[in-house]
Amino acid sequence: MVSDAIGPGEAAKRLGVTTRTVQRGLREGKLPAVQVGARLKVDASALAAVEPNAVPPNHRAIRRLLVANRGELVVRIARTCRDMGITCLALVPEDQARAWWSRQADEIVPLATTYLDAEAVLRAARHANADAIHPGYGFLAENADFADAVVAAGLIWVGPPGSAMRALGDKAAGRRLAASAGVPILPGYEGQDQSDARLTAEAERIGFPVLAKPSAGGGGKGMHVITSAEECPEVLAQARREAKVAFADERLILERFIERPRHVEIQFLIDSHGGAVHLGERDCSLQRRHQKVIEESPSPAVDAVLRERLGGAALRLATAAGYVGAGTAEFLLDDRGGAFFLEVNARLQVEHPVTELVTGRDLVADQLRIAAGQPLGFTQADVSWHGHAAEARLYAEDPWEGFLPASGPIESVEWPAGDGIRIDAGAGAGDVIGTRYDPLLAKILAWAETRDEALNHLAAALGTTRVSGLTTNRGFLEWLLQRPEVRTGDARTDTIDAIWAPTDGPDLLDRSFAAAATGLTAGKTANGIATGFRLNARPAVRVRIGADERDVAVPVHVGPGIATTISSDEILVDVSGRAYRARLAPPPTVDEALRHAQRDKGAIATVVAPMPGQVLAVKVAEGDEVEPGQTLVVLEAMKMENAVTAPAMATVTRVLVATGQQVQRGDALVELE
Amino acid sequence: MAVLKSHIEPRSDQSRADAAAMRALVADLRARTDTLAAGGAGGDERSIARHRERGKLPVRERIDRLLDPGAAFLELSPLAANGLYDDEAPGAGIVTGIGRVSGVECVIVANDATVKGGTYLPMTVKKHLRAQEIALADRLPCIYLVDSGGAFLPLQDEVFPDRDHFGRIFYNQAQMSARGIPQVALVMGSCTAGGAYVPAMSDETVIVRGTGTIFLGGPPLVKAATGEDVTAEELGGAAVHARISGVADHEALNDEHALAIGREIVASLAWRKPDPPWERLASRPPAIESTDSAAADDPTGLYGVIPSDLRRGYDAREVIARLVDGSEFHEFKQGYGETLVCGFAHLDGYPIGVLANNGVLFSQSALKGAHFIELACQRRVPLLFLQNITGFMVGREYEAGGIAKDGAKLVTAVACAAVPKFTVITGGSFGAGNYAMAGRAYGSRGLWMWPNARISVMGGQQAARVLSTVRGGFADDAARDAFEAPILEQYEAEGSPYHSTARLWDDGIVDPAQTRDVLALAISAALNATIEETRFGVFRM
Repeated sequence: MVSDAIGPGEAAKRLGVTTRTVQRGLREGKLPAVQVGARLKVDASALAAVEPNAVPPNHRAIRRLLVANRGELVVRIARTCRDMGITCLALVPEDQARAWWSRQADEIVPLATTYLDAEAVLRAARHANADAIHPGYGFLAENADFADAVVAAGLIWVGPPGSAMRALGDKAAGRRLAASAGVPILPGYEGQDQSDARLTAEAERIGFPVLAKPSAGGGGKGMHVITSAEECPEVLAQARREAKVAFADERLILERFIERPRHVEIQFLIDSHGGAVHLGERDCSLQRRHQKVIEESPSPAVDAVLRERLGGAALRLATAAGYVGAGTAEFLLDDRGGAFFLEVNARLQVEHPVTELVTGRDLVADQLRIAAGQPLGFTQADVSWHGHAAEARLYAEDPWEGFLPASGPIESVEWPAGDGIRIDAGAGAGDVIGTRYDPLLAKILAWAETRDEALNHLAAALGTTRVSGLTTNRGFLEWLLQRPEVRTGDARTDTIDAIWAPTDGPDLLDRSFAAAATGLTAGKTANGIATGFRLNARPAVRVRIGADERDVAVPVHVGPGIATTISSDEILVDVSGRAYRARLAPPPTVDEALRHAQRDKGAIATVVAPMPGQVLAVKVAEGDEVEPGQTLVVLEAMKMENAVTAPAMATVTRVLVATGQQVQRGDALVELE
Repeated sequence: MAVLKSHIEPRSDQSRADAAAMRALVADLRARTDTLAAGGAGGDERSIARHRERGKLPVRERIDRLLDPGAAFLELSPLAANGLYDDEAPGAGIVTGIGRVSGVECVIVANDATVKGGTYLPMTVKKHLRAQEIALADRLPCIYLVDSGGAFLPLQDEVFPDRDHFGRIFYNQAQMSARGIPQVALVMGSCTAGGAYVPAMSDETVIVRGTGTIFLGGPPLVKAATGEDVTAEELGGAAVHARISGVADHEALNDEHALAIGREIVASLAWRKPDPPWERLASRPPAIESTDSAAADDPTGLYGVIPSDLRRGYDAREVIARLVDGSEFHEFKQGYGETLVCGFAHLDGYPIGVLANNGVLFSQSALKGAHFIELACQRRVPLLFLQNITGFMVGREYEAGGIAKDGAKLVTAVACAAVPKFTVITGGSFGAGNYAMAGRAYGSRGLWMWPNARISVMGGQQAARVLSTVRGGFADDAARDAFEAPILEQYEAEGSPYHSTARLWDDGIVDPAQTRDVLALAISAALNATIEETRFGVFRM
């Protein structure tokens, strides 16, 4: 029966082997073939006979997978779950209940507290009858105790065992393990003697510049470069302080500091049957303050020889640590051909799709099969790489304002499409992006035969990406992809910080006003007359964007800005990803004009929010006399408390915000006289 | 209604050449307009900077801020005084026009203090009076943004004494106030001597502290007359007039504040336009669209319709089709008096009666026109004259046929028609044809010229030939040509629309592509006044 014939791909999945293996089996007659049209398919009834041999005794099927994470990753995992016939459960806290991503999974499981609350996550998993937990990245993904707790609770943990995480998680321990496994590490010191004298001596031995970093750290936090022995006492003291605050552990390790390194990482997969493969590298050199921005594979700096060397090293290290699952080993490359092990990321990484595009694998499927106790089903010899893939991370942030997180509602989204384009989106129309979570909106990926084509393809895709309503780094990404440093494959971890000088910020605002004026005057008014009509001239309108107002003559040619009408009197303008809400400036009322006049004469000052965030506290009331520097309002933004203070001695005439209120950058908070 | 079809092939060489010629004329017009408005006022950079330093907004910014968001501003005669006064008085130092303030269509008259201190040159007076004339006819509230040193003293004999000189401004204010047309003054600079009467004669006046002053004689004059030492602010500043003299009613801290108060004053009028005696339809653009997708500036392809040479005739319906709603035209007496096209249409939803020249006027054409005007007046429908006329037919047969009396019938009808009349000179405007087609003397609420238009008592060649024929006795053709050459030159210069608009013979030169918008704005403004019943004079039969 035709309905019992399944494709080689599906059969491969069921058997936990590669499609190629199935195809070979069909050709060689090891699997019963069914001719469907021009294709060979597998007789499903035959699989029952084959499967017991393919599936080991400790195999436990995953049927209900809880993703203890949010955003694009849930959508990504749900996609594979659908392919594999697994029910994907989204773990959704109250404040994400209306988020687009939460509707992309099969079921929603409420989360009482936060993603960091291990107890709550486990409770939710049991309540939802989940049989496995995928931790994603961040949150509890690399928490060894949580991994153990999941297993202890009788659930399948889609990740490496806690013991492996512990062996690799501590930087010092990781380095020792790496050294013993013959993995090249940076000359360094990770001893127990943490005295200034010893650390200084070790730094001299390693050779300046030296990097001091928290032993328990990660994510680039609390790292300091020491350039001379004289600097040691001061810098070490500061590094300890920061390590203690961030990780409750003031121990430091020292490493040789490589100037302008490349960041390359090896993706590997290890099953519980001794199967271990690496899937090549990803180049993640394009970072902004340790935040990856663009990732690609293969790396322009890695050839087949180096790939094998790094891949082998990664597998030796992971195997030594007892690693099972998908993982990544990070390396720094210097300009002299040196490659040094940095750390292992014991999780699925944000940028994993880059590897998927060049290897044709589904890493989430691999993770799930490994977690279910199945063998990899393929060997290193089966791994091949084809073409070039690049990923751009679309963030809700403002590159022109120091990459401050941007917040606000998403009015609409338009994702690019086409051959070789892949979108891993985590946000959709109607979402309200706050500052509470990671600002990653989507990953835009492009694949092509060559690197140049892939980068062009990616830039073009970004050009047609629209997330209207809030500011994104879209324009910045497009700009970055055109830069010679990127095109020549010479990007280093400091490249972005070195080349991104957002001097075109003012120009951007000019273009936004022009685009807004064009949008606001497009079409005729209700009575048929051109808006802002001026005799023998372009229409002229006064446009308000935020608190900024300008008289604008509508340009003849619409610039690169895109305007979208969102209400009868407001439009959204998107210029290079920067979002602006614009309207025709309403003329001030007499009271407003009076206040403006008083302000212009220096009698009144408006204190505005320096960044988007939530008002934690309002410290003054109308009529209060304030001193210069006195706190007026406390804002929470980027998980930091920021005090907004009085610029001079004054009287509070108006308080314009209340505790708990969300404010945008530039919103008026308090008026002083 | 019948839809007009275009018979012009836009891709033909002729049409392309015509379009290019018109586009060049429009580019020149726009460049002149841009120069005039650069920096927000007519003065040079230095005077604008000094103006701003005093905390004052340039005149155009004042107007922009006074208007409602996105409101149109139908500026009147922006190129007044063009080429006059050694070209030192751009726009004649005053900006006037019609715009919506607090939802009310108003006439705005704003001095440009960066041009000769905002003083009144002869053309300044004429431009101010023309704006008031429209305000009176259309019943539009007047807002005066005052910033003027008064009469321009070196030319006092051309601005002070005559009927239509400076004094007429205040006479008009009184007359309009008496008719219930609000007069509002925002004093944003000097109001010296005669200028003091603008705020004083207004119904409601705002004065800006620090920059606004009102006095009959300034400090130098006071010093000379009485020996008293006094500052301008002490003499006639905001504090004096808003708190002591009562010359002003509201005190503002700066221009923006004054404009806000001005907007509030207009809002407090609770102004309502009378209901027109007919139904306004929904506005529809003309049905004809340009085939040139690059010509966003000319959506109906009007540029390619107007011959670059006035002597080359064209069908006036080509223009009508590109101005009226849906290109729909209910033509009247199509087969009779064919050199004058008459018919009803809608423009921006308003019904209009259109009269357009399609050649020289004959008796039949004149009779048809008079008849059609009677119809429009009966129905209280505004009239649009599209003027492209070399004049009435001459010759024994026509004189004997009574063309003078038939022409007179048309002139009578035009003169007496009480419905709002609007005139656009789309080509030539010569001789009595100008009168018969609602020329400047005939009370149009708006008269505009296209940049290709020419205006004079007759064409230059005819004039030269008439004069040389009258003189006679030339030895040869060369001698006659030498005699005619300066005459031709004079007619060429004086026939230019820039010569016309400099002298307020019109309300401005307009880009043909903007004609529809201009007319729509003008019709809408005119409807603030009730359309009165027409009483015609005696038609000579």
